[in-house]
Amino acid sequence: MGFARQVFVIAAKDLRAEIRTKEAINASAAFALVILLLFSFAFDLDPDTNREIASGLLWLVFAFAGTLLLNRSFVRELPNDCLDALVAAPIPSSALFLGKSLANYVLLLAIEFLSLIVFGIFYNVRWTSQFAQLMLVLALGTWALTIMGTIFSALTVNIRLREVMLPILIYPFLVPALMSAIQLTLDLMAGKPIGPEKVAWLQMLLGFDVIYTAVTVFLVENVLVG
Amino acid sequence: MSAVAVDGVWKYYGDFPALRDIRLEAPPGSCLALIGRNGAGKTTLLRIIAGFSRPGKGQVRILGGSPRETATRRNVGFIGHGIAVYDELSALENLTLYAKLYGLENPRQAALEWLEHTGLERVKDGLVREFSRGMRQRLAVARAFLHNPSVLLLDEPFTALDDRAIAVLQRLLREGLGHGKTIVMSTHQLREALELASHVALLNRGQVAFHGPCTPEMVADPGLVYARYGEG
Repeated sequence: MGFARQVFVIAAKDLRAEIRTKEAINASAAFALVILLLFSFAFDLDPDTNREIASGLLWLVFAFAGTLLLNRSFVRELPNDCLDALVAAPIPSSALFLGKSLANYVLLLAIEFLSLIVFGIFYNVRWTSQFAQLMLVLALGTWALTIMGTIFSALTVNIRLREVMLPILIYPFLVPALMSAIQLTLDLMAGKPIGPEKVAWLQMLLGFDVIYTAVTVFLVENVLVG
Repeated sequence: MSAVAVDGVWKYYGDFPALRDIRLEAPPGSCLALIGRNGAGKTTLLRIIAGFSRPGKGQVRILGGSPRETATRRNVGFIGHGIAVYDELSALENLTLYAKLYGLENPRQAALEWLEHTGLERVKDGLVREFSRGMRQRLAVARAFLHNPSVLLLDEPFTALDDRAIAVLQRLLREGLGHGKTIVMSTHQLREALELASHVALLNRGQVAFHGPCTPEMVADPGLVYARYGEG
């Protein structure tokens, strides 16, 4: 079985398990929606201000809701010691890691789309005007969240306070990616395309994804085999 | 060449040496019973042999390769304390998943065959969370044997098994030994283990207190190894 197929098998297993239990996606979606609703009720802002805060608000909601989702990634393997069986299987640790990351990526994107729809309704912001570019930023930013969340989920899986440790560990690492995503989304929410002055942010986000994907894939064997 | 060779393995937890200079060998087709009191280091040693944990010093070879090599892992089956199957998947989905991960040619067919071997074919589409304990244990046995491994590593395999699961496991282990498989098992159930074992290793506080062939004397009196070489 090729590497891509191994990744797909792991991702399909995680997605199937999550769709049956809905443990992580329910918690994550509920959290995202509650925060968005609370903010919309707490601040009665005009449409221009809404557009200005939209980017920061959305990415913070994605980051917090994402942690709830990503935390479950390796915790799911704890009952019945399933992680041992996966580590024992003749597939590279990187395939296991990328498979889990891919499943998390799909789930997190689903939460983000749901949040965007709710956001559009309650904040009266038309976020579809630069749809293709927004999707690009969403894809890159979400991968940054996913890759860091998944590796730290593996790292903290045997820690008793993992729900607390995961956000403490990943947010400092995510600062460059979140800053880039927020800066890029700011103009897109205002209906402007990514201009030349924002290309550096796009490059930083892309660079973050490439570098941290390479680093995590390289390190994951050491994380899983203590 | 030994099927399983443990050479000078040490394992520290902090400053505490859980394993101290462990040297063991299991020839191909043999069954090595790892015995010892609670905390002697049996599970730690088996996890190092299985490649779940790295030794502080020393090395482990399985069929001449490192436990973490893909080719080695393809030939190793492991049963640990957990059943290592997913509660939210069906029995068939669980076995098909592992059959795919082990690169079997026809994963679904292999899964169905093992469900039949372990008497679970009637509940193949049932979710594991709805299974009785005995059914879950038989599924765990099927998972470990699914890819026809040459080396079986079993951590307390008979503990908490119901009668039917013990019978299934014993039959499979005997058949495996008949086909030249190598078994390394840690156990407290001396009688069941010594009936199968060709070799015995007694661990005492992280050290090998005895390692040698299993004699008819030991089978007749399972407490003999402890009495002679243990702490008493």
